[in-house]
Amino acid sequence: MIPATQIDSSSRAAPRTFLRKYIFSTDHKVVGIQYFCLSLFAVFVGMALSWLMRIHLAWDTARIWGLGHLSATGAPGGAMTPEYYLSLLTLHGTIMIFFVLSTAPQNAFGTYFLPIQIGAEESAFPILNGLSFWLTLVALGVLVSTLFVGDGPPISGWTAYPPLSAVGSHAGPGLGTGQNLWIISIGIFCLGSMLSAVNFIVTFIDMRCEGMSLMRLPLTCWAWFITAILVLLSFSVLFAGAVLLLLDRTAGTSFFIPANLLISGTLDPHSGGSPLLWQHVFWFFGHPEVYITILPGFGIVSHLVAGFARKPILGYKVVVGCMLVIGFLSFVVWGHHMFVSGMSPFSGFLFSIPTIIISLPATVTTLLWLGTLWGGRLHFTTAMMFCLAFISTFVTGGLTGIFLAHPALDAYLHATYFVVGHLHLVMGVSAIFAVFAATYYWYPKMFGRMLSERLGMAHFWLTFVGVYCIFMPMLLLGLSGNPRRYAMLTDDFLIPLIPMHRFVTMAALATGAVQFVFVLNLIWSAFQGEPATDNPWKATSLEWTTSSPPPLGNFQDAPTVNHGAYEYCDTLGDRDFVLQSDPREVKA
Amino acid sequence: MRLPTGKIFALLLAGITVVSTALFISHHWWMPQAASEHAPVLDAQFNWTLINTGIAFNLAQLLLAAFVWKFRAQNGRRPRTYGNGVSMAIVIAMVFISLELFGAATLGRRAWASMYSTNPSGDVIRVQAMGQQFAFYFRYPGPDGQFGPIHVRKIDPSVANYFGLDPERDPASRDDIVTTSLVLPVNRPVELVLDSQDVIHSFYVRELRVQQDMVPGMHIPMRFTPTKIGTYEIACTQLCGLGHYRMRAKLQVMPEAEFQTWMRAHTKP
Repeated sequence: MIPATQIDSSSRAAPRTFLRKYIFSTDHKVVGIQYFCLSLFAVFVGMALSWLMRIHLAWDTARIWGLGHLSATGAPGGAMTPEYYLSLLTLHGTIMIFFVLSTAPQNAFGTYFLPIQIGAEESAFPILNGLSFWLTLVALGVLVSTLFVGDGPPISGWTAYPPLSAVGSHAGPGLGTGQNLWIISIGIFCLGSMLSAVNFIVTFIDMRCEGMSLMRLPLTCWAWFITAILVLLSFSVLFAGAVLLLLDRTAGTSFFIPANLLISGTLDPHSGGSPLLWQHVFWFFGHPEVYITILPGFGIVSHLVAGFARKPILGYKVVVGCMLVIGFLSFVVWGHHMFVSGMSPFSGFLFSIPTIIISLPATVTTLLWLGTLWGGRLHFTTAMMFCLAFISTFVTGGLTGIFLAHPALDAYLHATYFVVGHLHLVMGVSAIFAVFAATYYWYPKMFGRMLSERLGMAHFWLTFVGVYCIFMPMLLLGLSGNPRRYAMLTDDFLIPLIPMHRFVTMAALATGAVQFVFVLNLIWSAFQGEPATDNPWKATSLEWTTSSPPPLGNFQDAPTVNHGAYEYCDTLGDRDFVLQSDPREVKA
Repeated sequence: MRLPTGKIFALLLAGITVVSTALFISHHWWMPQAASEHAPVLDAQFNWTLINTGIAFNLAQLLLAAFVWKFRAQNGRRPRTYGNGVSMAIVIAMVFISLELFGAATLGRRAWASMYSTNPSGDVIRVQAMGQQFAFYFRYPGPDGQFGPIHVRKIDPSVANYFGLDPERDPASRDDIVTTSLVLPVNRPVELVLDSQDVIHSFYVRELRVQQDMVPGMHIPMRFTPTKIGTYEIACTQLCGLGHYRMRAKLQVMPEAEFQTWMRAHTKP
């Protein structure tokens, strides 16, 4: 541990030029905001793609204004072809999972607040930090470019299963240049993520200030640390897989392609590979990945619920333990994505056991949040409302996962809308709600102004109702056996489900429109928002001991910590909380 | 006017919980009636999990709603911590998970095993299924009980040679019956071996409660016994290209006598 007092801050000269201050910055606060803006842009692109998909599903002959200009072959006259639907579906999944859910919770808020919450003046490797952002931005650029090159983005989904993704353009549109660019984008993203993870891990271990022992850390810091370990161990494997897939496509190797494939009348020259090998490699990354998207949310919700209930989090050590167990177990459950893949059914049954068991720490943590609310003095700020909504939607989404954990039930529900509903409830809703909560909570600290609570609450109510209207019906569609990734609903048993699809589409468009209220709030408040004090939420962690926004080096003087992160109580007369750096020996 | 935010949230959440539970219980959007021998065990496990998660869902959401309703910050009320809260959380979670593990170890194991590991008794119908962008093809071994070898270079859909058979060279191929629909007799066990010619497809029949990927380079056996006469839809459920949404075939389950007639009609003399 390098005490902040020993770091020679004069060796780090303040950047003077516009480029060094705001563009190629190594200040973790600037990099955090850059990541936030990247995710904000990406989420609107991802959402727009989902609107296009949902409109097409509900009204499959609809001509969508402007779409023909984006792709004359994909949507002639604005009427989307089935293959273009799949291209948009691939981009939607890839953008949302990588550039929004793996980025905003961890890299936007973690980059900004991990160093400050541990009392450090900067992260361990500022140059790696800045570099990881720029790699992520380049990766996003490469991915979005697939919309404008060749015959468009790949149609193989964000999971890119070979042989479809490996054999080339005669297997379908977008599977030539588009698929190569997709792989390159993912590879660059992996590099950016891994660099950032190294930075987080070293910062957490080495840069804590005087008195900041492990058990005094805010739960957000624990979450970002555990997530960073998951990132390092899983993205490295995805990177390897991406390289192997690219080699199969361009260098004549056959890691994933077996012999005797007849594609569009042409005999494929590859032989000796296994399509299941990709699935093992991909899902070995893919399962920790979903915990990468949700664990920062666990930290954020734990931290904020305690603050807005004015109570210590119930069972701090147990919450830390649960996050560690989830992190560990996340590496031994990947086969539950492969129950019907052709993998040995014995392996399937084996994977289902830890899959069921991993819901134990998740359930305990949820109950501890409920226990924190019990007996609290709840303050219903917008940030708190999104935390409460997180708990609700995480319960719903998590419970639906239990069905999918059983191989026999998965035999019916696999690749249906039940899975789509489940994954969106936990990732597309809960994890995003954690990002919303974090934004409403930390915006004053980052930008020195409060967000409008009126706009915030309008955003909250409409979004909360909207997401249940979108994703609860998907569970019912899945129960009816509605397969996923269908560009059109033409089977006999699907036609009666079209009215439900139309309901979902309208809910999705309405809820999407409401998100502009959020953006409006972000922009308007930057100029007209009420100026923020140092500690508008009367919270305990170290970011609230410094100015809004914090100065270069984060603190005027290096802090010394004497208290845990959740010392809320009302025995102190005028205040009901103890700042972590409060020098007094105060018993909460 | 200060809106009672907590109370509104609590009521909204309670409403969502009740409506969602009602929608699930109504069985309006539900699995179709089962048509295979292992389906009752699978459906039983489904109901076990549904009841377990349904109770958990209602308890968790309604507790959340109740706490939000009751514990709004009020002057004069101090926050309280329930001393046994941590133990309670752990115990409740363990009970819930144990119920699921129990379901998995009993009903789940039987349902899963019956799809793969059980050696079916009785007269097994052996069929091969081949997936291809974007159709399913089926092959019966014919009276000699043998499947002829597949020659990939001879595959030619334009002359309906979907399996690349060479009857002139391979005697075993001469009596193979190749169809575009899957026809089966009721109440006889089936061993369906899945293969694919190009990319990964999947064989899914809702009523039979079966789903299995068709992976090129692998021959994956599926075992089931259809128990209800009828016509069912086979849908592809693994993204296989632009025609994925329209890749389907018909499964016809017919009485034994009718099936024998059908077999005779399709057997080459």
